[in-house]
Amino acid sequence: MTIKQILNSMFVHSLLHVYAIWLREFKVYLRERSRIVGSLFTPLLWLFIIGSGIGSSTTLSIDVNYQKFIFPGIISMSIIFTSVFYGAYIIWDRKFDFLKSVMVAPISRETIFIGKTLGGMTNSMIQVFMLLIIGLFIGIEYSLVSILQIIFVSVILAFLLTALGLGLGSRMHSLEGFQIIVTFVVFPLFFLSGALYPLDNLPDWLLFLTMIDPATYAVDALRNSTLGLATYSFEFDLLLLFCSTIITTLFGMVSFRKMKPV
Amino acid sequence: MIKKINKVNTSAAVILLSIILIIIKNLTKKFDKLMAVDHVSLEIHEGEVFGLLGQNGAGKTTIIHMLATLLKPTSGTAQINGYDIIKNSSKVRKNIGIVFQAPSSDDMLTGFENLKIHSYLYGVPSELRTNRINELLKLVGLYERKDDIVKKYSGGMRRRLEIARGLIHKPKVIFLDEPTLGLDPNSRKSMWDYIKKLVKEEKITIILTTHYMEEADTLCDRIGFINKGKIIAIDTPQQLKLMVKSNNNYDDNTDKYIGDIIKLYFKVTNNNRDPKSDNSSHILTKNIEILKSFKFVKKVEQKGSENKKLVLILYVDDINHNLPIILKSIDNVESIEFSQPTLDDVFYTFTQGKIAEEPEGGFMERYAQYDKK
Repeated sequence: MTIKQILNSMFVHSLLHVYAIWLREFKVYLRERSRIVGSLFTPLLWLFIIGSGIGSSTTLSIDVNYQKFIFPGIISMSIIFTSVFYGAYIIWDRKFDFLKSVMVAPISRETIFIGKTLGGMTNSMIQVFMLLIIGLFIGIEYSLVSILQIIFVSVILAFLLTALGLGLGSRMHSLEGFQIIVTFVVFPLFFLSGALYPLDNLPDWLLFLTMIDPATYAVDALRNSTLGLATYSFEFDLLLLFCSTIITTLFGMVSFRKMKPV
Repeated sequence: MIKKINKVNTSAAVILLSIILIIIKNLTKKFDKLMAVDHVSLEIHEGEVFGLLGQNGAGKTTIIHMLATLLKPTSGTAQINGYDIIKNSSKVRKNIGIVFQAPSSDDMLTGFENLKIHSYLYGVPSELRTNRINELLKLVGLYERKDDIVKKYSGGMRRRLEIARGLIHKPKVIFLDEPTLGLDPNSRKSMWDYIKKLVKEEKITIILTTHYMEEADTLCDRIGFINKGKIIAIDTPQQLKLMVKSNNNYDDNTDKYIGDIIKLYFKVTNNNRDPKSDNSSHILTKNIEILKSFKFVKKVEQKGSENKKLVLILYVDDINHNLPIILKSIDNVESIEFSQPTLDDVFYTFTQGKIAEEPEGGFMERYAQYDKK
């Protein structure tokens, strides 16, 4: 194939479409400064107030400072909330007809979905980087390997949850409804992930619930990289995260296909 | 060239001379119990400006959405540039541009960025991209503001940006859904000028929907009246007005008369202000006789003194040619008023007042909301 043929192929065109959608999401995020700053607020609140608050009176079964212990959980929390709530923007887009102008273009629904998911993922990752820097202030130590692991796990978690959020958002028509439904998704994801407590010594029913929460494996992997503490092996965590990603991505793509622009 | 011919000849000649770009066959859309679009069949010719004229809720936007492949028809189909809207929707989308009723540009991006993103989505080749964007921005008069965030644009500017966006890939046809809805009179006039410029410079086919009769009259080569989801008439504005001129039924209630009407106010000589006096009535009688002798004067009415003036109301044919003849043949005329049928009259005649109720639904509230802006 000549270079021109390659450049003109459907595949490359699709990549350009994904890039265009991603670019739009990214630019809009950067311009909404309040979004960036505001989204850091809750994680910081938890990290410093809950972290120090509970930390000063608690000793965990594992010998580690509580604030450091919940740090990977707080990173996950930031990813969970940002990524799933990202789906609200689809409802917003549809309300204000911006979605229509994208759907009337000769691009596939899958392209729009992937572009938006990558956009949401990028936004979440920006926050992760900011939190990683804050981690330095509470005594977290990084190595090159651990940073790469953290980034890798965060990217997967962000992707998987943004897909979920977009899938849910594409099925809803009101922002209020979305927020209510999502609360039933986001809080369990967070509270059952072992972000705030170790997974040892849990009663059976709770242990079971943590096992069906994909975020548990992300938290576990992150804790592994930052503190060297883990319940499951890193490989096992990754495996389960991949499987969850496939499920939510399929859910999101199917939802997008079915979505009515009008 | 085709433009000129459209204006002079009837629609039959237009069909003979131009390519048919859009064929709509029995297009129907039913929402639960509401028949929003009822077996619409139409043909649109390349290069024409076609107007879908009707009240809010008549089905115009629904038709546009179906043609733009955003909504699946309940039955029937359409072809745009040979591609079927159901079976080949992706190819159809490559051939159309659309400007929606409510603003749909990205608030948080600049005008230039909005167009850039869409140039990617429409596969505009990279070497042509910047030039095409700048060209279009100049065409719609937004080049100076291209690096401003769209949030700062006015309603009219946003619409113009969306027109530029609709043209980014040089489509064969562009849909304008209520292009001047919510704009103030100045912006409306500007928008009409831009649309006329578009027609002249881009030589593109335009389908616009509107409920402003004047807009359709000014911009369109042909108009399709739509009411309750059905097309009730299609023709050039001229022909439509001719179609509804009242026939030679002199005894009809003249309040409902549709046609060319002339009101003549006669001078009263200084020393005789009484309309009933012999002198004035003589003037009137003489003039009335002259007027009645013309074939194109269908009826002459004498109005009782309006402000102590002598007034005659004439119901005539072809006012454009016959008014000079009338004025040359009578005297003592102090002033005249005249009126010609408008599309409002046409619409009223065709719908006989049975206009569709505006349907319920969130989208109607949104339009109303937009109007208040």
